[in-house]
Amino acid sequence: MAFDPLTAVHRFGMGPSPLHALPRRATDLLEEAAAGDPFADTHPFTTTADIVSTEGTFRDARGIAAKNAGTVTGDAAKELSREMIRDMRDQSFGDFRALIVRHVGQPLGLGERLVTFWTDHFTVVGMGGIGQYGGAAYSADAIRPYIAGSFAEMAKAVIRAPLMLVYLDQILSTGPNSVTGKRRAGRGINENLARELLELHTLGVGGPYDQRDVRELAALLTGLSTQRGEGFRWRPGIVEPGPETVLGRVYAGDDLSAIDAAIEDLARHPSTARHLAHKLAVHFVSDAPPEALIRHMAARYVASDGDLGALSAAMLEHPAAWDPARVNVKWPVDYMSSALRALGLTPERMARTSLKDVRNLLLNPMGRMGQRWERAPDPAGWEEADFAWITPQAVAERVNWAMRAPVRLTQALPDPRDLLGLIAGDTAPGELSFAISAAQDRREGVGLVLASPSFQRR
Amino acid sequence: MDRRTFLTSGLIGCSAAASPLLTPITLASAPWEGRLVVIILRGALDGLDAVRPWGDPDFAAMREELTGRDPEPHAIGNFFGLHPALAPLAPLWQAGELAVAHAVSTPYRDKRSHFDGQALLEAGNGGDPFNIARDGWLNRLLQIAPGVETRTAFAVGRDRLHVLAGDGPHATWTPNTALNLSPQGAQLLELIYHDDPLFRDAALQAMDIIEGIETAGAMEGDADIEEMGMMASPGGASGRVTGEVARFVVEQLRRDTRIAAFSINGWDTHAAQGRQITRKLDELAQTLLLMKAGLGAAWGQTAVLVMTEFGRTARVNGTKGTDHGTGGVMLAAGGAVRGGQAYGRWPGLGDAELYNRRDLMPVRDIRAYAGSAMRTLFGTSLAEIERTIFPGLDMGEDPRLLL
Repeated sequence: MAFDPLTAVHRFGMGPSPLHALPRRATDLLEEAAAGDPFADTHPFTTTADIVSTEGTFRDARGIAAKNAGTVTGDAAKELSREMIRDMRDQSFGDFRALIVRHVGQPLGLGERLVTFWTDHFTVVGMGGIGQYGGAAYSADAIRPYIAGSFAEMAKAVIRAPLMLVYLDQILSTGPNSVTGKRRAGRGINENLARELLELHTLGVGGPYDQRDVRELAALLTGLSTQRGEGFRWRPGIVEPGPETVLGRVYAGDDLSAIDAAIEDLARHPSTARHLAHKLAVHFVSDAPPEALIRHMAARYVASDGDLGALSAAMLEHPAAWDPARVNVKWPVDYMSSALRALGLTPERMARTSLKDVRNLLLNPMGRMGQRWERAPDPAGWEEADFAWITPQAVAERVNWAMRAPVRLTQALPDPRDLLGLIAGDTAPGELSFAISAAQDRREGVGLVLASPSFQRR
Repeated sequence: MDRRTFLTSGLIGCSAAASPLLTPITLASAPWEGRLVVIILRGALDGLDAVRPWGDPDFAAMREELTGRDPEPHAIGNFFGLHPALAPLAPLWQAGELAVAHAVSTPYRDKRSHFDGQALLEAGNGGDPFNIARDGWLNRLLQIAPGVETRTAFAVGRDRLHVLAGDGPHATWTPNTALNLSPQGAQLLELIYHDDPLFRDAALQAMDIIEGIETAGAMEGDADIEEMGMMASPGGASGRVTGEVARFVVEQLRRDTRIAAFSINGWDTHAAQGRQITRKLDELAQTLLLMKAGLGAAWGQTAVLVMTEFGRTARVNGTKGTDHGTGGVMLAAGGAVRGGQAYGRWPGLGDAELYNRRDLMPVRDIRAYAGSAMRTLFGTSLAEIERTIFPGLDMGEDPRLLL
């Protein structure tokens, strides 16, 4: 089993598009991913700074409204806060549109796939008035810069991300023996972020840690907090005085560098290598990836001192990643993006999509397919198992979308035979070729290709 | 497009005997006769307003702003009265098909977040918001119960139902989902799904469900279903959706489905509670009546548990509403319910009797009632309830909620 251009772009990219040439070698995908985001300047996402400053103003407005309820000032403040929510919600639809621009605009798209994967690995769900719309900013600031770089650096950015600190309750955590903790009774350590860092983000659920490690890491993490209107804030006053011992190593300082040192050690741990390799292979290759592939990836991760570019490269260079059989079912977001690409939609066209169409033609159907964008059910993120996505309801929604959405997005539907050639090359199943030749019209033919397992599996 | 077309077309190039796609439908059968429906009221129902403890000497003064001074005539027993919007359920109480369990809660305390409260109600593994099981308690029942198939249990509606999420087989569906395919398109779709069991079976089930909905009103001699279609439905936009969900649930329970869950949103009544809760309680009452009418004889084997994440404050707040509280009320309806009675001890509303001098004191874990219902309906063992389905629950004396 070896590199194949079509498999490459299905399995490791965003899918084939008539606008983009197929890769000639696996390194084409890796180089594109490492080159960063070419749309950063033309289609920027909302920034974390924007979210936290808007959140600050929003909370001020709400405070004024509460204090002056029933007065002109109070009513004006209330109206302002409502307006801010509406604006930020619209802005979040714009953020999703900017993401789709990248999904269709990147020639190959491994980078965008990795952004999706690592954002899910460090799942957050935005909470609160403005914070609920912070998902795109989180992904752009804490994940995107590191997808081909150091895992430890990504993790360090994540534990400083306001959205994560709120989502996993780190902002509630106060060392009982800290300055603040001694003054105020009833405050204590919250283990949520510490537990998920070990269980989900680094070592994995079967990893070599126990409750003592969770407790110690939680004590070590005290001090990570946020400041209204400003974002991340290190608060020495809530730090539980150390030292703390995590996985047998002592972290003595009561400052950020001690936390970063622990993150680096966790990132370097062989269990983390294995956990990340397995998870990445499950996402890209198959729900039950070959052991040889996982070992190879984990070894490269360790040898590169936790470099995510090396981890991805190890996956793409291993023969076991190139089984020609298409297995993994696309997540709804990838299903839609890859369909938009296959239909030949340009980034310029997607950038012009009205916010109403973004909702009605993309976000709402995606939710009905089971993926409410930026609203994963829990910190473990979206399901990887194929059967979790192909339920009766979800299949009906996918088929309906394939039949209905393309005509509303483009006036130039491709010839279904060309579309089939684009996605399947000369490997199209005979039934599928027959089905589109028997379809009653172009719309139905295109819908059948997009609804087919040949297109939904990668 | 209907299932028959799909099935027939599925036989292209393969014999019926060799077609695995026929199996899940034709061999489907229910593991039990008992039906359990869980309705989650999201937003925290004010139990003290829904089921009013007029027998408590402190109640009238405490709630006058919401209830007026005098009990309404919808008494159930000699202690409680129903909110006027629940009055249509009074006949169920008289017939022994409605019970209430007041002052119940999950073990969740003090934080009073909807998000955590609902997650813990549905996860069923205790009160720690930082340790919420990823699967729901109904799903854990399905993981251990014998003879369970995908369509034994249905999560219905747009909302994710954590209570049924997990590895145990179950189906999810939103009524009004159609398949936008011409008959020929459907045949072609089957053709391209034919060799992929995952897609084929899911699509087949979708067709089957849709066909069930389409033909529901047209079944020959099916007076109950017709009656259900004609009877007054829950009103308003939310009520229409709930009505569709409930009709779908009924349709499935008449077949091989034995467990269903859905939610009704909109119970968070911080201000001007009167109007909002009246509308919602009316929606709930009409939903239960619709299910009774629709289920016909099967109602006798059915228990509907109506649960909410927590109760609300005992006192009315400054904006004629109530805030997040602790102890709440659970309703149980259905012919399988040992109805016409109120379960549990009444904790009282005196200042010292309230939880934190603020909320109705919970006297029983709501999970004990759900556990009791599963023991009766499905023969689930005490050990399975206390260890697997509701880990950490001490059932104590079985309240024997069902007949």
